[in-house]
Amino acid sequence: MTVVYNCVVLVKQVPDTKRITGKAMNDDGTVNRAALPAIFNPEDLNALEAALDIKDRFGGTVTVITMGLPAAVTTLKDALYRGADEAILVTDARCAASDTLATSYILSCAVKRIKYDIVLCGRQAIDGDTAQVGPQLAEKLGIPQITYVEKPVEIEGRTITAQRNAGNGWQKVKAQLPVLLTVTGQANVPRVAAAKKMMKYKAAMTPAGIEQTLKAENAAATPDEIKSLAAHKAGELEKKGVLIKQWNLDFLKADLTWCGRNGSPTKVHRIQSVVLASKETKSIEPTDDGLSGMIHELLEDKIIA
Amino acid sequence: MIDVNRRGEVWVFAEQHGGLLEDTPIELMSKGRHLADILGVGLGAVLLGDNVKALAAKLIHYGADKVYLAEHPLLEHYQANSYAKVFYDLIHKYKPQIVVYGATAVGRDLGPRIASVTKAGLTADCTDLQIGDHKTTDGQTHKNLLFQIRPAFGGNIIATIINYDRWPQMATIREGVMVMATPDTKRKGQVITEKVELSPQELPIEILEEHTRAKKVDLKAARIIVAGGAGLGSKENFRLIWDLANCLGGAPAATRAAIDLGFIDHDHQVGQTGTTVRPSLYIAVGISGAIQHQSGMSQSQKIVAINNDPQAPIFDVAHYKIVGDLNEVVPRMIKAIKEKGFKETSSAESK
Repeated sequence: MTVVYNCVVLVKQVPDTKRITGKAMNDDGTVNRAALPAIFNPEDLNALEAALDIKDRFGGTVTVITMGLPAAVTTLKDALYRGADEAILVTDARCAASDTLATSYILSCAVKRIKYDIVLCGRQAIDGDTAQVGPQLAEKLGIPQITYVEKPVEIEGRTITAQRNAGNGWQKVKAQLPVLLTVTGQANVPRVAAAKKMMKYKAAMTPAGIEQTLKAENAAATPDEIKSLAAHKAGELEKKGVLIKQWNLDFLKADLTWCGRNGSPTKVHRIQSVVLASKETKSIEPTDDGLSGMIHELLEDKIIA
Repeated sequence: MIDVNRRGEVWVFAEQHGGLLEDTPIELMSKGRHLADILGVGLGAVLLGDNVKALAAKLIHYGADKVYLAEHPLLEHYQANSYAKVFYDLIHKYKPQIVVYGATAVGRDLGPRIASVTKAGLTADCTDLQIGDHKTTDGQTHKNLLFQIRPAFGGNIIATIINYDRWPQMATIREGVMVMATPDTKRKGQVITEKVELSPQELPIEILEEHTRAKKVDLKAARIIVAGGAGLGSKENFRLIWDLANCLGGAPAATRAAIDLGFIDHDHQVGQTGTTVRPSLYIAVGISGAIQHQSGMSQSQKIVAINNDPQAPIFDVAHYKIVGDLNEVVPRMIKAIKEKGFKETSSAESK
C-alpha cells in the first residue's frame, strides 16, 4: 500500500519590514502600509517548501491557505507557481483586527474543512514576529505541534520524525500524524516558481477577483449581468483547475464571538515611533591624543579597569 | 475563559531544564516582584518538572511569595501538551491576573498553547512591562492593567498592548531585557505542592535525541563588548574587532548584517533577533545603527561609536562619537589602551 500525505500550508502576505524607511512611518507613529511592498512571508516559503518536499518524496497534495485582504491572492498565486496544488483565500471584513488568538481560530475553521495529515506554518511572520499562530492553531485543531523544524522531515507510515531547534541546541523528536509543524528559515531552500506552472496559473483568480475585473471591463453592465458573467467565468476557471477558492466566515460557520476585534483579547493601547534616546554625545578626534584622552576618561569613570 | 480578577497574583513561569533554572525566569522574578508590589498582590513562581523541589528556595530568594510546585515523572522533559495541561489547570484553579513567560524556545512554544486553551491574550517578545490605566473609546477606564510593551514591524515602532476583558494578562518576555535582582537568602515563602495527573497519552511527542550546543560567547555576561558591522568589509578585516576585544578583555560581537556576511558566528549577534546586552562599555565599529541593532544595545552604560559617516544613526545613541576610518582608528585605539598598561588577554580566540 502506498501512503501519501495531504499537507496544508498556512501562509501570510506581509509588508516587507526590512525595507521600512522614514516614509513608511506616519507622523502618528503608525505604519503606512501602502508605502511598503507586500511580500510572501519568508519563513512561510520554507513551510511551503517542506510540504512540496514531502509531496515529491511520498506523494500527496499541498493546499495553501491564507487569511487576508483580496490582494493576498498574489501570495497564493506565487504558491501555485512554486508547486502547490490548490489555494484558498479566507477573506472577510469581519476578520479585521484579529490578533493571534482570533486568527488561529479562523484558520482552524478553514483547516478543519480539509482532509489533512500535516499542517505547516512558517515559524513566524516578519510583521509581528510573534510565532504564536502555529502553536495556537495546533491547540485548536487538537493536534501536537513540532515547532522550529530546521531540517527536512522523515515520515514512515503515520510516524513523523523531525529535527527542531531547541534554543540552546537541537532535538530529534517523533510523533504520530496528524501533526502541525512550524518551519524555520534554516530548514530548506525554497524552490522558485516553475515556468510551466506560471503559464497554468497566470489566469488564476478568486470569485471576488473575477467580479472586480468584470466590473472594470463592463462599466455599463447591471449587477445581475455581472453576476451571471462572473458565474460563467468562475466555471471556466474551475474546469481548468485555476479557480482560487474564496471562503468567508459564513462559509466557515465560524462563531463570530471568536473572530476579529471581538475575538481578540489583546488590544493596542498605544503605538509609538521608536525615538532614539538622545544622549550627550562627545566628539572625539580620531587622533592618538583624542583616543588616549577618551581611554583615560573611561578609566577614570571605572568603565574599564 | 478566566474573568477579570483584581486580587489575582502575578505569576512567572520558572523554566528549568534538567533541574537547573534558566536565567530568564530569574530575570522575570525581579520584574514580577515590581509589578506585584504596585498591584499589592503576591508573586507566584510556577515550577514544573520532576524532582525540582530544590529550586523553590532559589525562586523565593529572588522574590517569589509562593512557589506552585508540580512534580511528575512525565514532566521531566518539557513538551507543549503536558506542560500546557498542568499549567492551565493551575491558572484555572488560582486565577492569577498576570502570567509571564521567558520568550525562550520553550516559552514561545508553551505560551501560545496555554493562551489558546484559556482563550486569553498573549503578547510575544515584550521588552518592558508596566502597570497603567487604559481609557476605551466609549469612555470607560480600566485601571491597573498590564502594559505589554514590544517592538513591532521589525523594530520600527513600539506597541503597548493590553487586555482588559479576558484574563489572565499574559506575555512572553525577551531574554536578557530584565535585570536580575540580587537574591535575598533570608527571604521566606510558601511552597504549594500540586497534585499532577498525567497519562502517557498527554505526551504525544517522543524525544529521540537531544544535543545542547554550548554558546560560543556569553554576551549577556560581558562587561565590555566590541561589536563590528558590515563596515568591516571582510572576515579578515573583522580581525580588528577580535584584537580590540582581546586587549580590553571584552567579548567580540556583531550586527546581523556582519553575521549574514559570514564575518562571525551567529552566537555573537547583538540586536532584535540576537542578544540584548547592557555592558559597561559597548564599542560599535563600522555599525550604521539600524533600529534593530540599537534595540539590543542602547542600554549600555557607555557607548563608543566609530564610523566614517558623521550622519550614521549609531551616533544618536553614542556617548563618544569618533568620525574616521575604522582601519586607522581601531589600531590607534589599541595602541592607546596598551599605553595605559592593559595586558592582552587570550580568552577570546578568532576562528
